[in-house]
Amino acid sequence: MAPLDLVPVWTVILAVGVFMYVLLDGFDLGVGILFAFTHDDDRRTLMMNTVAPIWDGNETWLVLGGTALLAAFPLAFAIIIPAVYFPIVLMLLGLIFRGVAFEFRLKKSSQQHWWDAAFFGGSTVATFFQGVVLGMYVQGFNVSGRVFAGTSFDWFAPFPLATGVGLLFGYALLGGTWLVMKTQGDVQQWARNHALVALYGVLAFIAMVSIWTPLTHPQIAQRWFSVPHVFYFSLVPIATAIVAYATWRALRRDADYAPFVGAMALFAMCYLGLGISLFPYVVPYAVTLWGAAAVPSTQMFLLIGTLFLLPIIFTYLGWSYYVFRGKVTADVGYH
Amino acid sequence: MDLDPVLLSRVQFAFVIAFHILLPAFTVGLASFIVLLEGLHLVHRDPAYLRLSVFWTRIFSVSFGMGVVSGIVMPFQFGTNWSRYTDATGNVLGPLFSYEVLVAFFLESGFLGILLFARKRLPPWAHFFAAVMVALGTLFSSFWILAANSWMQTPTGYEIVDGRYVPVDWLAVIFNPSFPYRLFHTVIAFYLTTAFTVLGVSAWHAKHRTHAPEARLALRMTVVFVSIFVPIQIVLGDLHGGNTLDHQPIKLAAMEGLWETRSHVPMVLFALPDEAAETNHAELAIPDVASLYLTHDFTTEVKGLKAAPPGDRPPVAPVFFAFRAMVGLGILMLLVAWWGLWLRHKDRLFTSRAFLNTSIAMMPAGFVAVLAGWVVTEVGRQPWVVYGLMRTRDAVSPSLTGTDVLTSIALYVLVYLTVFGAGIYYMARLARAGPPEHVDIREPTPDERPARPLSGAHADG
Ligand code: HDD
Ligand code: HEM
Ligand code: HEM
Repeated sequence: MAPLDLVPVWTVILAVGVFMYVLLDGFDLGVGILFAFTHDDDRRTLMMNTVAPIWDGNETWLVLGGTALLAAFPLAFAIIIPAVYFPIVLMLLGLIFRGVAFEFRLKKSSQQHWWDAAFFGGSTVATFFQGVVLGMYVQGFNVSGRVFAGTSFDWFAPFPLATGVGLLFGYALLGGTWLVMKTQGDVQQWARNHALVALYGVLAFIAMVSIWTPLTHPQIAQRWFSVPHVFYFSLVPIATAIVAYATWRALRRDADYAPFVGAMALFAMCYLGLGISLFPYVVPYAVTLWGAAAVPSTQMFLLIGTLFLLPIIFTYLGWSYYVFRGKVTADVGYH
Repeated sequence: MDLDPVLLSRVQFAFVIAFHILLPAFTVGLASFIVLLEGLHLVHRDPAYLRLSVFWTRIFSVSFGMGVVSGIVMPFQFGTNWSRYTDATGNVLGPLFSYEVLVAFFLESGFLGILLFARKRLPPWAHFFAAVMVALGTLFSSFWILAANSWMQTPTGYEIVDGRYVPVDWLAVIFNPSFPYRLFHTVIAFYLTTAFTVLGVSAWHAKHRTHAPEARLALRMTVVFVSIFVPIQIVLGDLHGGNTLDHQPIKLAAMEGLWETRSHVPMVLFALPDEAAETNHAELAIPDVASLYLTHDFTTEVKGLKAAPPGDRPPVAPVFFAFRAMVGLGILMLLVAWWGLWLRHKDRLFTSRAFLNTSIAMMPAGFVAVLAGWVVTEVGRQPWVVYGLMRTRDAVSPSLTGTDVLTSIALYVLVYLTVFGAGIYYMARLARAGPPEHVDIREPTPDERPARPLSGAHADG
């Protein structure tokens, strides 16, 4: 009997895991990026307090994405990660600064401005290099046999650098709309204005990438524009445009929640577009999902536990968000 | 000059993991200690327990933050620098790492925010529950990561297909022969590391007569704890050594500084191992004693280093000296623990300046012993990355140049020294400041107590 093909299941789990990471750590990295645009100490403290109790849980999705890729598609992990050697190293170092800044800044010491810079710098560097990794992913990898055959500087190219900048706008949008949801008064108004700027940046980058990728990758152009596909795939850009307009409207109105929901939906549309462009590759344009998959017994062993554990995880993470729900006010102290 | 990416990747890995392990070494123990204090407060309602708990929770939050950020670096190391190892072992080890995330990391990070921030938002029992979950998470994490490491030491439950390891029996993969020993020896090492740190900080406050009630309470607790667990750790270490003798005899020979295969093995107290000449210089040894604790008789033969060809031997000196450092520290801990127990019995625990000073000096002992133990384990495994199957030099990512790795090492070293230096400074400041005078907790109102516990969150939410 042929073993059950678990590759589609793992593709979905992995895609959801990575998307959870992008949304959740996206908004707290975004809060870090926006840190640079205000010098008001109380406002900064408030901004930090909106994410302090949850950032660690958000970042755990990155570790899940990494280890689940390793477990379910080990060959992909073994090719992609060395190919983005420096972006990964720099992203990790950025995350280190960002993470410790939560603890160190609140120790109320004379070095506080230093940790403010670390929070902004770490968030920005980590975001930029995540964007670079994304760009490399779309650009494709130089593979020979089972190993990455390029150099550690293949990422230093126009497209990955551009997506790095694009993601800065993207996370700033998530962070800004998160703040709109979690704060009140002038902080909220400030967040609204900044989220709006970020939204314009994001839309410019979506437009740019949508033109750049089909022009440089004929197979992607083929996927989108060949005849039966074009009819239903064209729903994606149409939906994106609608979501973008709704987000813009929500930011200009007084809505509290809608901008954040809109920003998330915008990310979802881009993610869907990416999936359409790249399927079935897990190492673009060299190794497919099936080519990189772990043996069935590995995928099955992990799947059983994952299906059992994920609902439990969602339950207590939900509880944690519930405990810290509502608007954050200045007096919510640390510890 | 030729920069070797393999050697440099090893240096980098050793550096980042040595930093990382120091933090779990402290937080695994501290998380359980916080549970103990919170539990005692729930039962006895003595506010001293609560003040102590808040005090250590503040220090915990700093070290935990550093543990998390240094930990995130770790799985990516397998990809960035050891990609061929990942390709070969991913089918076996991947799920173990993933289970660590699913079972442990989410649990820790999901409840950490509640432990740190929600004392005033939730009833005490819910806060206590969060503390328990965080502590459980740290223990689950130790379970999975040590299962993975132990599989690399004593691989079982796999077959080799096209040069890659494929699981055939998951229970045999997880519960491989060295795993139980490594798990218990390491977790107790972490508890002892924490206990000696708590002992030292409390001794400091006792000596300076600051925060006397809390300092005394913590001193009395830790002295009892270490006098029970240091001896257990030594027995477990001996058992662990017996397991190494069975499964990794050449590592054991390096630990003992034993070159010839022989019976009546002497216990080498000191020597300068010389790999080129395949002998020890300046050796100080007691005849026959090592046979006693290794094989429990004088006549069984124990393999010497020469039983393996030179290319299959680990570097002897680091293993040999690190092992002596660990055992020496273990014996020192035993002496300090029992001295403290005796003083406690005589009611002189807080007045003996000699003991208080010694306790302060012993603060780093656990950390050093943990690092030394891991050097024994990991350097002793060389030249294999998967013992007897895959060599470390075949594990490295092929695309890396020496310059690439040298650059990344420089970046890691720079960032780690700055960030973790600052972290140690902040923890020292918190430790010096001592427990708070008063802790606000949310007292449950009578109507919500049994029936609607969660609604407590509304009060100030
Ligand atoms: C507080 C820390 C601590 C203390 C006091 C000791 N150890 Fe230990 N030891 C560790 C902390 C540790 C460790 C860092 O946790 C290691 C590294 C890997 C492991 O399993 O535990 C270790 C490894 C380790 C190994 C390595 C086996 C292998 O990897 O093959 C042996 C044989 C011993 N220990 C034996 C001892 C003995 C005989 C001790 C008696 C005094 C002792 N240890 C005290
Ligand atoms: C947590 C405590 C650990 C410490 C302090 C530690 C330390 C070290 C050291 C010092 C080396 C270098 C040996 C040499 O080059 O001669 C090494 C090698 C290695 N260790 Fe560990 N290790 C630890 C745990 C682990 C775990 C849990 C894993 C895997 C799950 C692991 C995987 C490796 C690998 C892949 C190497 C080979 C690369 C190299 O030689 O540097 N280690 N480790
Ligand atoms: C004996 C070896 C190890 C133990 C016992 C251990 C334990 C822990 C613990 C308890 C934490 C939580 C943070 C803290 O308490 O400081 C942690 C964090 C972490 N560790 Fe380790 N670790 C070990 C080695 C490794 C290795 C080799 C890896 C790489 C595969 C790794 C990956 C991680 C990651 C990714 C985190 C961050 C988790 C998060 O986001 O919450 N650890 N580790």
